[in-house]
Amino acid sequence: MEEAAAAERNNLGGVRYILLVLSGKGGVGKSTISTELALSLRHSGKKVGILDVDLCGPSIPRMFKVQDSDVHQCDAGWVPVFVDQEKSISLMSIGFLLEKPDDAVVWRGPKKNALIKQFVADVAWGELDFLIVDTPPGTSDEHISTVEALRPYKPLGAILVTTPQAVSVGDVRRELTFCKKTGLRVLGIVENMSGFVCPHCSECTNIFSKGGGEELAKHAGVPFLGSVPLDPQLSQSLEDGRDFIQEFPKSSAFPALTRIAQQILDGVSQGSS
Amino acid sequence: MAEVAGGGQPEAEAAELRERLRGVKHTVVVLSGKGGVGKSTFSALLAHGLAADGGRQVALLDVDICGPSIPKMMGLEGEQVHQSGSGWSPVYVEENLGVMSVGFLLSSPDDAVIWRGPKKNGLIKQFLRDVDWGEVDYLIVDTPPGTSDEHLSIVQYLSASHIDGAVIITTPQEVSLQDVRKEINFCHKVKVPIIGVVENMSGFICPKCKKESQIFPPTTGGAEKMCQNLNVSLLGKVPLDPQIGRSCDRGQSFLSEVPDSPAASSYRNIIQRVQEYCDQHRPQEEKTI
Ligand SMILES: Nc1ncnc2c1ncn2[C@@H]1O[C@H](COP(=O)(O)OP(=O)(O)OP(=O)(O)O)[C@@H](O)[C@H]1O
Ligand SMILES: [Mg+2]
Ligand SMILES: [Zn+2]
Repeated sequence: MEEAAAAERNNLGGVRYILLVLSGKGGVGKSTISTELALSLRHSGKKVGILDVDLCGPSIPRMFKVQDSDVHQCDAGWVPVFVDQEKSISLMSIGFLLEKPDDAVVWRGPKKNALIKQFVADVAWGELDFLIVDTPPGTSDEHISTVEALRPYKPLGAILVTTPQAVSVGDVRRELTFCKKTGLRVLGIVENMSGFVCPHCSECTNIFSKGGGEELAKHAGVPFLGSVPLDPQLSQSLEDGRDFIQEFPKSSAFPALTRIAQQILDGVSQGSS
Repeated sequence: MAEVAGGGQPEAEAAELRERLRGVKHTVVVLSGKGGVGKSTFSALLAHGLAADGGRQVALLDVDICGPSIPKMMGLEGEQVHQSGSGWSPVYVEENLGVMSVGFLLSSPDDAVIWRGPKKNGLIKQFLRDVDWGEVDYLIVDTPPGTSDEHLSIVQYLSASHIDGAVIITTPQEVSLQDVRKEINFCHKVKVPIIGVVENMSGFICPKCKKESQIFPPTTGGAEKMCQNLNVSLLGKVPLDPQIGRSCDRGQSFLSEVPDSPAASSYRNIIQRVQEYCDQHRPQEEKTI
C-alpha cells in the first residue's frame, strides 16, 4: 500500500532537468555556484529548485536568507521553502528541519542515507525546469545515496567545482572517477576563486593560483565552463542572502557566473531539439 | 538529533587500542565545520612547527578518507606505506615526523575512495590499531569537514587513550561560522575539550598597494565575536597569503620557506599556544603515577 502511494506520488515527475554540483574538496564554492546558477536560471525565466544534501553543513538556506523558514507537510509530502512570491525558486535543506540553527547533525551514514532518500522522494516540487542538487564535499554516503536515489529520474549530469590550486584539482580528479564509476555525465568543470582583482589598485593576484581547473578539463576531455574570480561583492552578497545576479551586473564575477548558466541552457536546448 | 556512538566499544578492542597508543603523549584533533577553510594546511604546519626543533617526535594522521591532501602538502605524494613486523609503518618526512594517510594506500592520484561510513570507520580503526606509531610526543589528527562517521570514530577510538583537545579552524564569514557553531556543539556533545579557534584567511594584503581587502567579510563579527559569545579561546588570525597555497602545492613548509611573513608569525604564535595548552594538560598516566 505504502509503496504504491510513494510511486503514485512521483514528486520528481514534473522536474525536467536534474543536475548535481559536486567537488572533491570542501569550501571551493559548490553552494555558491548552486545559488548563482539558480538565480541566473530564474533570470532567464526558469523555475528552479535546489535540493541541499549537505546534512552537516547546509549553506543554502542562509545564502537565500530564508534560514528561519520551516517546511510544512502536505498530502504529497514536504512543501519546499519558496524564496519569492512568484515561487520561482524553491529550496529543501536539513537546515529547515533543525530546532536550533546551531544544532549539530551528528549522524553516521545509514541515518544520512535514509534522510536523503526521503528528500528525493517526498518533496513536492511541482513543475520545475531545473532541480539543482548541492552536495557536501567528497565521495561518500551522501553522494552514493543521492546518485542511487536519483538514478530512475535520469539526471542530466554533474557540474564539478574546483579552485585552481593543485591540492584542490587533485580532489576533483577523484570526483571525475566517481562520476565515471556511477555513470554520471560530467557537464563540465568550473574553476572558482581564480584570481583576485584588488579594489584599490586593480592589480590581479592569483591567491589560489590559476588555470588548474581548465588544464584538468582538457586533460579529462570534459567541457570547461569558465573561471569565476574571487569577488568580495559575491561573498558579501551571499552573506546577506541577496540576488547577486540582479544587483551586481558590473561586478567581476558576474560574466562568468551568467555564462555558466547560459552553457547549461544551450546544452539542454540542443539536446531536446 | 544526535546519534553519538561510544560506550559501545568492546573492551578487548579498547584495550588493544590503548596498548598501541600507549606511547602517545598528546593528541590534538583539527576540526572545522566547513570545507576548504584550511584544516589540512594548519595540521601540516602544526606538525612541521612542533617537529622543528628536532627534539620532539611528531605524528600526523590524516583521516580525510575521501579527500586526503596531507600527502601532497607534506611532499609525500606517490609514497606507499610499508608493512613491518609490528604493523604498518608511517611515511617519514623527517626522522621525527611521521605521516599516515589513505593517500599512501592508493595506486594512482585518480583513484577515488567511494566508501560508505562503515568502511571508512574500519580504516580509521586500522590507522590507530595497526600503525606502528612508536613513542610520539604529539599526534595531530586532520579530519574532513563536518560531524559524521570520521569524527565519531576518531573520538570513539581515541577515547581508549586520551585527547588533549580540538583546534577548530574557520574563515571570517557567517556562512562558515554557522557551521563552526555546530562543530563546537559536537565537541561538547562528545566531550572533547576545545583548545581554541583559528580564524584563517582573515584579510588579504595586496602585494602591490599593500592595502587590505576582506575577501571573506566578517559580517557577523568574525571568529572573535563568536568566541566571546560561546566562551572559547581565539588562538589567532591568519591572513590570506598566496604563498601559503604555493608552498602547500609544492609540499614544502611555509614556515621555513617564508618565515618572516605576517602569516608565518601568526602560525608560530598559534602553535606556541597549542603547545602550552598541551603542556598544562599532561597525559592522564603521568598524573596518576
Ligand atoms: N568567486 C568567489 N568570490 C568570492 N567569494 C567566494 C567565491 N566563491 C565562493 N565564495 C565564498 O567562499 C565561501 C565558500 O563557498 P561555498 O560555501 O559555496 O563552498 P562549498 O564548496 O559549498 O563549501 P562546503 O564544502 O563547506 O559545502 C563562501 O563564503 C562563499 O561566499
Ligand atoms: Mg556547501
Ligand atoms: Zn592593490
